[in-house]
Amino acid sequence: MSAPGGANRRPRPLGGLVGYIGAQRLAGPLVFVNGPRNVGYGEAVEIDFQGRRVHGRVLEVGKDAAVVEVFEGTANLGLGEIEVRFVGRPLESPVGLEMLGRTFDGRGNPIDGGPAPLLVERRDVNGLPINPIARDYPRDFIQTGVSAIDGMNTLVRGQKLPIFSASGLSHDALAAQIVRQARLPGQESEFAVVFAAIGVSHDVARAFRTSFEESGALARAALFLNLADDPTVERLMTPRTALTLAEYLAFEVGLHVLVVLTDITNYCEALREVASAKGEVPSRKGYPGYLYSDLASIYERAGRLRDRPGSITQLPILTMPNDDITHPIPDLTGYITEGQIVLSRELQQLGIGPPIDVLPSLSRLMQDGIGEKRTRDDHADVSNQLYASYARLRDVRRLAAVIGEDELGDLDRRVLAFGARFEREFLAQSPQEDRPIEETLDRGWAALRELPEETLSRVRPRIIERYFRKEGA
Amino acid sequence: MKQVGSVVWVSGPVVRAQLVEAVQMMELAFVGEERIVGEVIELAGQHATLQVYESTVGLVPGAPIYGSGLPLHVELGPGLLGSIFDGIQRPLDALRAQGADFIHRGVQARSLDPTRSWNFEPTARPGATVAGGSQLGIVPESSTIEHRILVPPDLVGELIETAPAGSYTIDQVIARVRTAHGEERELTLSHRWPVRRPRPVAERLALGVPLITGQRIIDALFPLAKGGTTAIPGGFGTGKTVTQQNLVKWADAQVIVYVGCGERGNEMTGVLTDLPKLEDPRTGEPLIRRTVLVANTSDMPVAAREASIYTGITIAEYYRDMGYDVALMADSTSRWAEALREISGRLEEMPAEEGFPAYLATRLAEFYERAGRVRTLNGGVGSVTAIGAVSPPGGDFSEPVTLHTKRFVRCFWELDKDLASARIFPAINTADSYSDYGPEVAGWWRESGLGDWASLAGQCRELLQSSRKLEQVAALVGEEALPDEERIALEGARLVREAFLQQDAFDPVDRFSSPTKTVSMLRLVMQWLTRARDAVRRRIPVYRIRSLPTRGMLLRMRFEIAGEQADAFEQRRQQIDAAFDKLLREEGHAPARPVTAG
Ligand SMILES: Nc1ncnc2c1ncn2[C@@H]1O[C@H](COP(=O)(O)OP(=O)(O)O)[C@@H](O)[C@H]1O
Ligand SMILES: [Mg+2]
Repeated sequence: MSAPGGANRRPRPLGGLVGYIGAQRLAGPLVFVNGPRNVGYGEAVEIDFQGRRVHGRVLEVGKDAAVVEVFEGTANLGLGEIEVRFVGRPLESPVGLEMLGRTFDGRGNPIDGGPAPLLVERRDVNGLPINPIARDYPRDFIQTGVSAIDGMNTLVRGQKLPIFSASGLSHDALAAQIVRQARLPGQESEFAVVFAAIGVSHDVARAFRTSFEESGALARAALFLNLADDPTVERLMTPRTALTLAEYLAFEVGLHVLVVLTDITNYCEALREVASAKGEVPSRKGYPGYLYSDLASIYERAGRLRDRPGSITQLPILTMPNDDITHPIPDLTGYITEGQIVLSRELQQLGIGPPIDVLPSLSRLMQDGIGEKRTRDDHADVSNQLYASYARLRDVRRLAAVIGEDELGDLDRRVLAFGARFEREFLAQSPQEDRPIEETLDRGWAALRELPEETLSRVRPRIIERYFRKEGA
Repeated sequence: MKQVGSVVWVSGPVVRAQLVEAVQMMELAFVGEERIVGEVIELAGQHATLQVYESTVGLVPGAPIYGSGLPLHVELGPGLLGSIFDGIQRPLDALRAQGADFIHRGVQARSLDPTRSWNFEPTARPGATVAGGSQLGIVPESSTIEHRILVPPDLVGELIETAPAGSYTIDQVIARVRTAHGEERELTLSHRWPVRRPRPVAERLALGVPLITGQRIIDALFPLAKGGTTAIPGGFGTGKTVTQQNLVKWADAQVIVYVGCGERGNEMTGVLTDLPKLEDPRTGEPLIRRTVLVANTSDMPVAAREASIYTGITIAEYYRDMGYDVALMADSTSRWAEALREISGRLEEMPAEEGFPAYLATRLAEFYERAGRVRTLNGGVGSVTAIGAVSPPGGDFSEPVTLHTKRFVRCFWELDKDLASARIFPAINTADSYSDYGPEVAGWWRESGLGDWASLAGQCRELLQSSRKLEQVAALVGEEALPDEERIALEGARLVREAFLQQDAFDPVDRFSSPTKTVSMLRLVMQWLTRARDAVRRRIPVYRIRSLPTRGMLLRMRFEIAGEQADAFEQRRQQIDAAFDKLLREEGHAPARPVTAG
């Protein structure tokens, strides 16, 4: 069986690296070169200028002209003395078990002061599409210890479940908590963490690192850092470098890999920058029309394969510009990923953390990962009922704001009591609190007991009997 | 294969070529030494532009381009059912059998397995005059689908020989035809057909038979007809895929073609895992045996996404021509439109709305026009029903793909974000969805002994309509402040939604509702409403009505009654009457029963 990423290599027919001196035009992150021959679409490029080397990739190629995007940007490059070399291979990044415990830049060069890992291979960063019939449908429940996720938006192994956040919300703390606590109940497994920082600040990267260190995960983590002050266009590489390693660890070594990608919004901005420098016709909000396919080529690199032991679970984080979930970045992401965890400013302001807004949140793989033998037989019913009742709460609160709480009918008042209890005892939990799934479900029932039994239309009679009446309403 | 030119420019899936030999528009071509598949989409002088169906990374200007002399086509014959193909009909299992879990570039495999043998039984006699559509024989493709081997549409002539009954591969000759020009043509169990050309039919027929979907909200309120068209627009997470897959599983078509167009890999895997295990409620056969899957997942090349829709509909037409009712689901047509947009952008065409090419509307119209109920070339009747998901950016239904689609479909199931986030499924918005097929299919329901279908559905729609206004008032003043008649209407609407319209795709009983179950359930809910209204007229307090045990019984019935248990419904009907009679007595009224609907 051949390895992912191993295919697109093109042996250079004429061999050797040819350097071309001089470029015709520099614009934004792009270099336009006339004259080169035998250049392949998408191949890697090295550029030297006055003793400095930068890197790039071929974006468009004609018979004797090429457009190259430069990861480091074109600042401080000039037209005359520039030397452009076409590598004859696609962009590649290193993979190897030795990379765990180490820190790299967005293209896989070590930046932790340690030596370059020895036993590594280089793979095409673009990966290859997975044959859908080779996939194994993900259904192993991952307990994150966070009630809003485990109870109502269950994560399973091999899922891609992004966090939709906004600036100032505690998405990093939540992601760190998930990485720290995630496990398959009753099973020790060989895991690894691949972390890609895409245009985030030093502080954010450091906080993740510290959290991995404290939980003892650092030795099993590979960190790829493209920080806010690093070259913008390199952000296009960073998630792919990380996922190339993740695929190796999962599908060749057999580890269960959790990939954290933060912040996808910065990635998309870099993509927009390159597209507009090329003069492409934009679609929505200036983003290129292929943003969907481009994001899919990242997010679809998650999952499980039949006959191979490992898995890739993706936890991308994005910040919604203007808190707007209809902005193309969260919107297209939601169309590709297997659900989303949406954070809310309102909850955070109320002091409810993690501020997960369950109503717009979703785990599309939940139904196959829960239930008898997986979590508990009442899981689907509790979850459905909590959703329905919480949606009702929204209407009642709206009504209470109009007519006043005192004017509410008895049932509506009980809905408010349910809401308060649900938010305080189910949603709210400290970043240190690791709740077993049974406790999460029991807390759900405790909140539901504020409601009259006959209003629980989403719970089957058998389950009411067994769980609702258990402690006497 | 001969070289027709060489590459001069590459940008993503678009390649420009300098020609040395003539090619035709839409000709299938092979690019580079790896012979990756492409299609000619523009010709200008000595230059051609191709869209390429695989990754072009590493492609070097100067690389050769080979012509095929054929347009992009599919191979049609026994073995399609139960298969899964990519957007250009490469069989995904054969690709995996070549040893890779990932799809490498330039891999090739024959669409239909050339080594597999099929039992062929001739039905035509030599000497007969045959034309496109004439049946030559049959092959049992699955235990329920008899694959009718037909003369390919464009051929006319005299049948000079048919092979004896026996076992044949798709390449072995099973008949010979002499055309009017005296040319002899050998026919096999399979033939090719260009995907962009609709297969001809004798006549388009009026619709009249519903496509029963097993989904109550659809079958009762927004029915689809065999040969009809429908769109399912909705933001992410509102239920487009689950709805389509429900139809893949439970719709009463004989053949299903499901096109995963630019969507998730795991969703295709899910279908592949589920279908072999689920039984067709009508035939008892595993559902996979009536299904053809076409998958261009979102990580697969974008040009093949554009082709996948055509691959799917051509296969659907092929089974239609055999006289079958075929349903085609495309999830999502928006990804297909975006593929058009991407290619058009790279061609630097002048964009119309939101970057989409000006021909978007034409292409959508052409696609939905390929649906229909028809008289086939051999005089039979078959149909293709087209069901397209639409994924509007930002959930905004005023974007170009939704708007144009709306012009070409006659049925529209609009999915609602708020319903989905409250986990109310199917999240079909009853206010804005519609179907034009109601009057056309009413006759079928009458003939099926469910003549009250139309009136029940009408009452149901009316109730939902009036309760929408009441809900707006209630949101301002509280439900308790409304008069009792209105409170009961609200209660009735709630019951209709929770007991009848909601349907859980993952519950083993609830997921499929037969026509009888659907109508029987609606009868009971309406019976409850009639009795409740009567009770309110007699000034019985609403809380008393609400606390009758009948409500819980109605809420549970969708999970409890599988199939067609007439007595289970009769028993519940009596329970409702008994409960209300008792209530009337307790409140000091004579238990005179109002006339119930139906
Ligand atoms: N009929 C249904 N019954 C139960 N759950 C449903 C139903 N329809 C949708 N869902 C839920 O909604 C989620 C999203 O549905 P999906 O069809 O994948 O949305 P879309 O394709 O519109 O993005 C599913 O994962 C499932 O949990
Ligand atoms: Mg979908």
